[in-house]
Amino acid sequence: MLVFILKRLLSGVITIWFIASATFLAMHAVPGDPLANPKAVSEEIRQNLASRYGLDQPLPKQYLVFMGNLLQGDFGISFTQKNRRVNDIIREHFPVSALLGVLALVIATAGGILWGALTAIYRDKWPDSLIMLLVVISISVPSFVFALLGQLAILKLNSWLGFSLLPVAGWGSLAHMWMPALVLGLGTMAYLTRLMRSSMLEVAAADYLRTARAKGLPGRRIFFRHQLRNAILPVVTVLGPAIAAITTGGFVVELVFAIPGLGRYFVQAVQQLDYTVIMGTTVFYGAFLVFMVLAVDILYGVIDPRIRLVGAGGE
Amino acid sequence: MSEMAGRQSLDLQLSADDLAPLPRSAAVETVVRPSLSYWQGAWRQLRGNTRSMLSLLTILTLLVFCFVTPLFIDFDTSSQDLTQISQSPGLARRSLVVDTAPWGGVAAQYREAAPAAEVFARSRVDDLRLQEAPHTEFVRLAWSALPGAVSYRVYRHILEPSAATDLGLPLGETERRGQVWFEDRLKLKTRTYYYSVVAVSATGAESAYSTLAATPRHAISVLDAGLRGLVDSGDPEVAGTEVDLPRHLLGTDYLGRDLLARLVVGGQTSLFIGLAAPLICAVFAILYGGLSGYLGGRIDELLMRFADFVIALPFLLFMILIRVAMGIGPGQSGVVPLLVALVALGWPSAAKLVRGQVLQLREQPFIAAAQLLGAGPNYLIWRHMLPNVMGVVLVSLTFAIPSAIFTEAFLSFIGMGVAPPTPSWGAMCNDGVASFLSHPHELLLPAAFISVTVLAFNMLGDGLRDALDAKLRD
Repeated sequence: MLVFILKRLLSGVITIWFIASATFLAMHAVPGDPLANPKAVSEEIRQNLASRYGLDQPLPKQYLVFMGNLLQGDFGISFTQKNRRVNDIIREHFPVSALLGVLALVIATAGGILWGALTAIYRDKWPDSLIMLLVVISISVPSFVFALLGQLAILKLNSWLGFSLLPVAGWGSLAHMWMPALVLGLGTMAYLTRLMRSSMLEVAAADYLRTARAKGLPGRRIFFRHQLRNAILPVVTVLGPAIAAITTGGFVVELVFAIPGLGRYFVQAVQQLDYTVIMGTTVFYGAFLVFMVLAVDILYGVIDPRIRLVGAGGE
Repeated sequence: MSEMAGRQSLDLQLSADDLAPLPRSAAVETVVRPSLSYWQGAWRQLRGNTRSMLSLLTILTLLVFCFVTPLFIDFDTSSQDLTQISQSPGLARRSLVVDTAPWGGVAAQYREAAPAAEVFARSRVDDLRLQEAPHTEFVRLAWSALPGAVSYRVYRHILEPSAATDLGLPLGETERRGQVWFEDRLKLKTRTYYYSVVAVSATGAESAYSTLAATPRHAISVLDAGLRGLVDSGDPEVAGTEVDLPRHLLGTDYLGRDLLARLVVGGQTSLFIGLAAPLICAVFAILYGGLSGYLGGRIDELLMRFADFVIALPFLLFMILIRVAMGIGPGQSGVVPLLVALVALGWPSAAKLVRGQVLQLREQPFIAAAQLLGAGPNYLIWRHMLPNVMGVVLVSLTFAIPSAIFTEAFLSFIGMGVAPPTPSWGAMCNDGVASFLSHPHELLLPAAFISVTVLAFNMLGDGLRDALDAKLRD
């Protein structure tokens, strides 16, 4: 197990190095001048700025400096916001995105397991068809449409109630989070529902379930202890990709609901060609995703001993 | 032969030949069923799947809609119809041609005798009326003077006012002494407005309000109609006639551009990106994955490690990075950077699939048999590997198309996709967001096209997987 974790950790670090290098290369291929700022008029100021950001150095030197700083966890200083460090920007805005993402993930997982279990119980009856229809719709409609419809729904609800139950946009309290989190988690929820359904049906045909039934266990106990518990396992494997989908899917939701998260900040930085912020955010997100996938892998090994055995056998 | 035998039997003249046993032919003995190839079998299974066939039909219809109709109809995506901005879907609208020369108003009225302040505050102007049938070029109001009033304030509301504090938009105050008329030319639409008039006394006190409802009909000025070639503007008789405005079956957007035309041409962009990117990815994946699986060993490990790295890149962030790194020059549509970004990030998962398939195939007995019979690598690849890999590739391709369409829509929505004025379904959604509450069709129409396309490809993919899976299962 330890060898397995260490090996995965090492490959994770190499992956992050690759992501950082790719980001550096892509950023330096961008046409346009990051210092093309209306304030930097005179040549002298330009020179000063270039040396401050290290842009006067040859590219390999810049790369080494970038990597060196990265090793110390330093992403540099923003180009467009005076003296604001990228680390501060991430520290300030990432918790917002993360909170939203966690809430979305909880909603998606709970909803996916619940709906998936329901479709399996009512297999080929109308609740099954209805839920699967909703799943197909959630997968086919772009998330920004759901975001706008969600906003509209809040608007109508508030005007129908006569008071403001949920805020339409913004950030601050738990009330602000429900609708964005629901919209953000919707696609993942639909995906998990489908997965859960097929997993439930697969388990339903398993021998150990027949055994449980044969030895006279009550139906409830069979359902919760045997069918549901085993059917949830595959859901854990897709949590890694689900986290990735939710963190990057946050862009649109943060834009529509005016949430001050890192995704919205990234889009802004790209529009303003803020080199350091773009590089910092990309590397940060990349590292975050790599470690999330790693964590899910390890978690899966803990939950399902079979995987651990395979993993150890492979070493 | 049997015919001859029949005729002969009628004559009942049998020869020895007729009694000889028929030759035993192999064809008679075997039960004949046309043998189906892998693809014929898959197609047969797919044909039995109603949902997949409906999806296939939908996709073909969409392709015809976007790529064939423009051959016969000339769609103009950029010309702006300023008299019909944000028009909802419908047939051609008739419009009244009106003369928009300045209005002299009605005869001035002024009644000096000022009543007591509390009487003035309770009284209201009488005989508030429309001077002409209201239309969207102007609404002309007139009323009788109120004793003691020096000027009048005119308000416009879209709801019936219920209190003096709720009269709506202040349109203005009359300027000339005794002016008992007002002309509203402020962005009139074909909806009901409630006009309220409040008199103001010399001391600045306001009277109670009188309200009048008016529903303007659509109108176009003589000058405008002439410029659009709808009428001959030199003709003095033209004012008061009706003309048909240009038809916008699916309405117009916030700049007055025809939505149908933009949906067709936008569909070309979206579908082109959605189809081309996965196709290029698939070709590259077959080459990369096939090579990796075929060669095996250290090269395989190296190639796959690189594919893993590319998969680990945060997808959307890198889409945006590559798109920005390529840049969009003036006059360019931005399709190429999107395509490059989608291909650069999209190939590894399909390549890994192909490699897995090739590795599996290498161990199959029929490959060994073919090698034993002296088949060269060329023959092996073209006859055995490629056809067997195509199944997985096709399924992954079908699922990659909706995700590419989604990515394009998503990027265009946050303003990182195709450059305006190039239409794409995602960019049109972005255009429609601002007016979503008042004109929802501007967002919902392109969104519906995206949804239907994605749905159709997803269902076709499901059907294809089922059809091909039966053969792929080991």
